[in-house]
Amino acid sequence: MNSREAILGDLRQKLNRPADGGAGAQAVAERLSAHRRNLIPQRGQLDRAGRIDLFEDYAAGADATVARVSSAEAVPAAVADFLKAHNLPANLVRAPDADLDTVPWESQPTLTLEARKAEEPDAASVTAAFGAVAETGTLVLVSGDDSPTTLNFLPENHIVVLWADRISGDYEAQWSALRDRYGEGALPRTVNLVTGPSRSADIEQTIQLGAHGPRRLHIVIVDERP
Amino acid sequence: MTELSPARFSEQAAAALKDAALQRALGNMRIGFIEKRRKAADKLPEFEALRDEGVAIKNHTLAHLDLYLEAYEKKAVEAGGQVHWARDAGEARQIVLRICRDAGARTVTKGKSMIGEEMHLNPFLEANDIEPVETDLGEYIIQLRHETPSHIIAPAIHVNKDQVADAFREHHTALPPDRPLDEGPDLLAEARTELRERFIEADVGITGANFLIAETGSSIIVTNEGNGDLTQILPRVHIVLASLEKVVPTLEDATTLMRLLARSATGQEMSVYTTVSTGPRRAGDPDGPEEYHVILLDNGRSALYGTEFQEVFRCIRCGACLNHCPVYGAIGGHAYGTVYPGPIGKVLSPALMGIDKAGKLPNASSFCGRCEEVCPMRIPLPKLMRHWREEEYDRKLNPAAVRWGLGLWAWAVRRPALYRFGARFAIAGMAFLGRRRGHLKALPMAGGWTAHRNLPAPQGGTFHDLWRKRKSTRRRTDR
Amino acid sequence: MPDSPTVALFVTCLVDLFRPSVGFAAVKLLEQAGCTVEAPSAQACCGQPGYNSGDRKSAQAIAKGVIAAFEGYDYVVAPSGSCGGMIAKHYPELFAGDPAWQARAEALAAKTHELISYLVDVRGMTAVESRLDAVCTYHDSCSSLREMKVKAQPRRLLQSVEGLALRELETPEVCCGFGGAFCVKYPDISNAMVADKTADIAQTGADTVLAGDLGCLMNIAGKLSRDGSAIRAWHVAEVLAGVEAPPIAQAETPGGGSGGRP
Repeated sequence: MNSREAILGDLRQKLNRPADGGAGAQAVAERLSAHRRNLIPQRGQLDRAGRIDLFEDYAAGADATVARVSSAEAVPAAVADFLKAHNLPANLVRAPDADLDTVPWESQPTLTLEARKAEEPDAASVTAAFGAVAETGTLVLVSGDDSPTTLNFLPENHIVVLWADRISGDYEAQWSALRDRYGEGALPRTVNLVTGPSRSADIEQTIQLGAHGPRRLHIVIVDERP
Repeated sequence: MTELSPARFSEQAAAALKDAALQRALGNMRIGFIEKRRKAADKLPEFEALRDEGVAIKNHTLAHLDLYLEAYEKKAVEAGGQVHWARDAGEARQIVLRICRDAGARTVTKGKSMIGEEMHLNPFLEANDIEPVETDLGEYIIQLRHETPSHIIAPAIHVNKDQVADAFREHHTALPPDRPLDEGPDLLAEARTELRERFIEADVGITGANFLIAETGSSIIVTNEGNGDLTQILPRVHIVLASLEKVVPTLEDATTLMRLLARSATGQEMSVYTTVSTGPRRAGDPDGPEEYHVILLDNGRSALYGTEFQEVFRCIRCGACLNHCPVYGAIGGHAYGTVYPGPIGKVLSPALMGIDKAGKLPNASSFCGRCEEVCPMRIPLPKLMRHWREEEYDRKLNPAAVRWGLGLWAWAVRRPALYRFGARFAIAGMAFLGRRRGHLKALPMAGGWTAHRNLPAPQGGTFHDLWRKRKSTRRRTDR
Repeated sequence: MPDSPTVALFVTCLVDLFRPSVGFAAVKLLEQAGCTVEAPSAQACCGQPGYNSGDRKSAQAIAKGVIAAFEGYDYVVAPSGSCGGMIAKHYPELFAGDPAWQARAEALAAKTHELISYLVDVRGMTAVESRLDAVCTYHDSCSSLREMKVKAQPRRLLQSVEGLALRELETPEVCCGFGGAFCVKYPDISNAMVADKTADIAQTGADTVLAGDLGCLMNIAGKLSRDGSAIRAWHVAEVLAGVEAPPIAQAETPGGGSGGRP
C-alpha cells in the first residue's frame, strides 16, 4: 500500500468514514462550493471615503507611507517626490501592467522606467495593486505576465499604485473579486497580501525594517477610476 | 554539546535558569509579546467571537480531514502542483532528496518551517552534499550557531546581539574583520546582503505552510521578513512541507484564522506578508518557480485522530501559549529538548515521540491555565497534559516512589477519620518544631519545598478537631 | 432557596492541617452573610493531587466520597479557588461516561462556590466590619481567576476594610509557581516563578500580601520568609473576618503588635 492510501485509509477508519464518503462527502462538497463568509469585523464596513481613510490609517500603522492623488496624471510627481525625499535614483523598474500604462510617466522627465521583472541591484519598483483591504491596511498583489512577483520583494523600495475603488472593507470582497477574474477554485500562481514593509524582530525582539523584502513601502492612492 | 533531550528536562531547565544571557532575553519576551497581544485583541471587538468561529472551522475540517485532503490534492494537481504523501519523517526526507537530486540542487534555501525541524531536514541534506541555508533571520542565526529553534515564531529569542555579531564574524569570513557590528541595523544589513546572494544561487526553495486551501489547492505562508517569498520565487523548484492538519476548506475560512494568527502571535493586525501560492508559474509569468511540490507529512499524527488529543490539531502555531507560559518564561525553549517547546510542545511532543520518552514535559506544568486562556483555538492544553499524565500513570511509567506515595495518600484520604488521626500527630510535631519562628527551614522528605522556601508551620490542631470542640462548647452554652 | 441556606464548608486539607484560622474566618463570614454553616466531618481532600498526577481512579474514588458527603446541603463553599474549582469544574469531567455519577457531580458542581465570590455574588455582601492598618497587594490564584472567575469580589470587600489600602501587582495574572505537586516536582522552576512573584509584590511597596488560596500563600510566604522579607501574608478571609492569627510563616510578634493581628 502506498503512503497516500495508508494515511487516508487510517484517517477514514479513525473518523468512521464510509467507503463512499457518505453524508460527509456531500457536506464537504457543499462547503467548498459555497465558500460561505464567516464573521466579518465591523471595522471595515464603511462607505468609500471611510474605507480609504481606514486603509491609510492601518497601512501607516504598519509603517507604509501613503500619498493620495486625485488622478493618474498626478502619480509620476508623487513617485518622484518619494524618490527625492529618500535620495533615491530616478530609475525604476515597473510592472508591465496596463493600468500603469495609463499613467503619464513622461510628465516627469527625470524618471526612467523599465518594464520587466526585478533583478539585483534594482533599488526601486513600481507595481499596481489588484486591490486592498481597509480592515488592516493590506495590499492585494497578484502575479501574472503583467505583474512579476520579484518586483514586490527584491528592491529595497516598493511603490504601489492603488486605485481607490479597489479598496474593500474586508478580505472576503477581495476573494470574490479574485474568483470573478480567475474563476471558481482558481488563483494566479501568487497572491501577496502585503501589510507594510518587510521587518524582523529576531535580534533582541527589536523591530527593524527591511529584513529581506523592501525597507520602504510607499502607496500612492489614486482617487479617480482607472 | 550534549544533545538536548526531553528525558533530561530537569537538568536542562536548571541550566537554563542559571544562564544569565538567556534570562535577560526571556525578560524582554515576557513584556513584549504579552502586552502586544492584549492590545491587538482589545482593538478588535469581534476577537472572542472570531476565536469561536476559528475553533468551529478547525473542528469541522478535522472531522472531515480525509475528504478535505483529497479535495486539496485534486485542486493542487489541477494547478500543476505535485503532491507527495509521507507517513514519517524518513519518507519525507527521501522525497525532498529525490526532488533536489532531480533538480541537480547544490544549495537549498529554506523559509521557516517547523515541519522541517520535525524532519531534522538540515543535517540530512548536509549528509547528502546539499547545503541548506535558513533564510529567516532568526533561523539563520541559530543555523550559524548550530542550534535548534527555542521558540516556534522567534527561533533565536535566546540569542543576544553580541552573540549574533560573534556568529557573523566567524562565518562571514570574506568581510573585513574589524567592521562594526555593534548595533542591530549593522547586523541586519549584513545578513540581508549575505543571504541575498544565497537566495539567487539556490536551486530549490523549501518553505512550510501555515494553511492549505482545499478550495483552490493553494498553500499559504505568513512571514514578516519576506524571506519565504524570496525562497519560493527565485529558485526553479519550490517545495512546501506541511502536516496533514494544515488544510482548511476555503479562502474565507483561512481568513478567519488569519485574523487570529498575527494578533495572537506578535500583536500585529496582520503579518507583513501573507502569500497564497498555487501551483508553479503560469505560461507567460516572468518569474516564479517552474516546479511546485507539496509534501504532506503524517509523522504519527493520524494515531491521535478520533482520540481526545485530536483537539491539539487545531493549533495554528502562533506561539501565544509559549509567550504566556510562566514555565517557558523561566527556562526558554531549549530546556524542553523537543522540536516544539512550551505548552503546545508538552501536548504534541509525547504524541510525536512517545509518552515514554517525553513524559516529563506534560508533568512540568503548574496548570495555571494561561495557555488555554490565550490560545486562539481554545485548545484545552492543561486538560490534554493531564490526559498524558493519566496515560503515563496507566502504563506505570512514572517513578515507583510517586506511585506508592499517591496510593498511600488516596487510601488515607478516603478514610477521613483515620487520616485525621494520623495527621494530628504530624501536624502537632511540625507545629512544635516551627513554634518559635512560625516556619520550618527544613523537613525530612520535603526538600523539594524547603530547598528554596521555608515551610509555614501549622498553627497547631486541625480545623476539624477545633470545630468539634467549638460545637460542643456552643451546645453547652446554648443549653 | 431558603433565606438562611445551610452551607457545607469544604475546609480543604491545607486549611485543616496548617491554618484552621482560615476555616474559622470563613465560618464567621458565612454566618455574617446569614448562612448556617456545617463542616461535614467525612471530608479530607478533594482528590486534586491524584487527578493532576494521572491517577484518575483514585481521584474518582475520593470524589465519590466528597459528593456523597456534600450533596445534601444547599451550597458547598471552599476558602480556595483551587479546591472549589476541582469540585465545580473538574468533577463532572472526572465522571464523563458514567451518567449516574456525572449527574450527581454536575449537581454538586452547580452549587459549589469559592468563598469570597459566594459571599459577594450569591449572598450580596458588599462590605465587612473589619480593620487592618496595612498597605496590601492581592495575588489572584490561577484557579480562582480562571476557573472560578474571582477577581473583583475580594477587592470589593477589601475596600471596606478600615485602614487598608490596596495596590495592584504589575502582573496579577501570572502564576506564583505553587501548582500543587509541581512545586516539589520541579523546585527550581517553581522557585524562579515564586521569586518573580515576590519581586512583583515587593515593587508595589505593600507591607502585606493577601490571596484566597492557602497553597499560593504558603508558597509566597515561605519564599518571603526565606528571603528575610518583612512582608506579611494572610488569607483574605482572615482579614475580612478580622480573626486573630499571626501572618503565615511568621511567629506571633512579642506583645502582639501589627504583625500579629489582621
